[in-house]
Amino acid sequence: MGTERAFYACLGLGTLAAAGWGTSTGGVEGLLFAVFATLTLGGGLVCLWERSVVRSAFALLATFGGVAGLFLLLGADFLAMAQILIYVGGILALILFGVMLSPPDMGERKLSRVGLGLAAVGGAFAWVGAKVAATVSWAQAPGPLAPPEQSHAREIGVGFLAADQYVVAFELAAVVLTVALVAAVYIARRKITDFEEPAETGGSA
Amino acid sequence: MGVEAYVAVSAALFALGVVCIIARRNILYVLMGIEMILNAANINFVAFNRFGGDGLDGRMFAIFTIILAAAEAAVALAIVLNVFHLFDSIKPSEVDLMRE
Repeated sequence: MGTERAFYACLGLGTLAAAGWGTSTGGVEGLLFAVFATLTLGGGLVCLWERSVVRSAFALLATFGGVAGLFLLLGADFLAMAQILIYVGGILALILFGVMLSPPDMGERKLSRVGLGLAAVGGAFAWVGAKVAATVSWAQAPGPLAPPEQSHAREIGVGFLAADQYVVAFELAAVVLTVALVAAVYIARRKITDFEEPAETGGSA
Repeated sequence: MGVEAYVAVSAALFALGVVCIIARRNILYVLMGIEMILNAANINFVAFNRFGGDGLDGRMFAIFTIILAAAEAAVALAIVLNVFHLFDSIKPSEVDLMRE
């Protein structure tokens, strides 16, 4: 139990540190950013860390919620709502349904493997990040968000259906969704033979 | 918060997703890792859309990513269901046959 407690203690301390850093650098917006970013990354970390698949799936809830919050901070309110509807309501429910297939296997998580993976991938990303931070000059923030002239949902709806914008991609997405869902039902169906009665039931019961 | 903060969060989430895929021995963790990676890509799309200019290209890409992620999750769960029927297990290492 010691490592579990240490992990969650580190997570809590990291959250506090991130909140303090965000407030000191960006005021209220920085604090909100820190909260949503910690929710996102903390959820991912817990998902990676936890032994039980159910807990991991619920940790993913925090990740999806945090990403929705980041979308809100970026002024993409329609996308944030779509994120909550589709990811939290749909995909997470699907994953939880899949969890029912998974026999509890508390020995599956190997700390050595998780730690090694975190060290290797984290090191690689830190190296690339340092290179990028040294060479890229980032765009400055274009000022505070202006209130939209029309609602974002309307803007996106027009973008979907206007002939010179995304209507082809929109129709293609519809076709892909139809094909994928029919295929999912076809793959997941049980064979007819699964339902056949046993030939000999041994007379009346 | 500038665009670099969002890019950093996105890169970290991507790394967590990759580790989740390679370090756990359960197909469901692979699925969860893929969802994390797609979410990281979405953060980038929306952040660059916000800071990189007007228009709604980035947000549209993010919406299409979400649509395809939904389709992917449905098909993947169907495959997991089938794998469980065939192998009585959902560990990727035990799935070693193309057909019965």
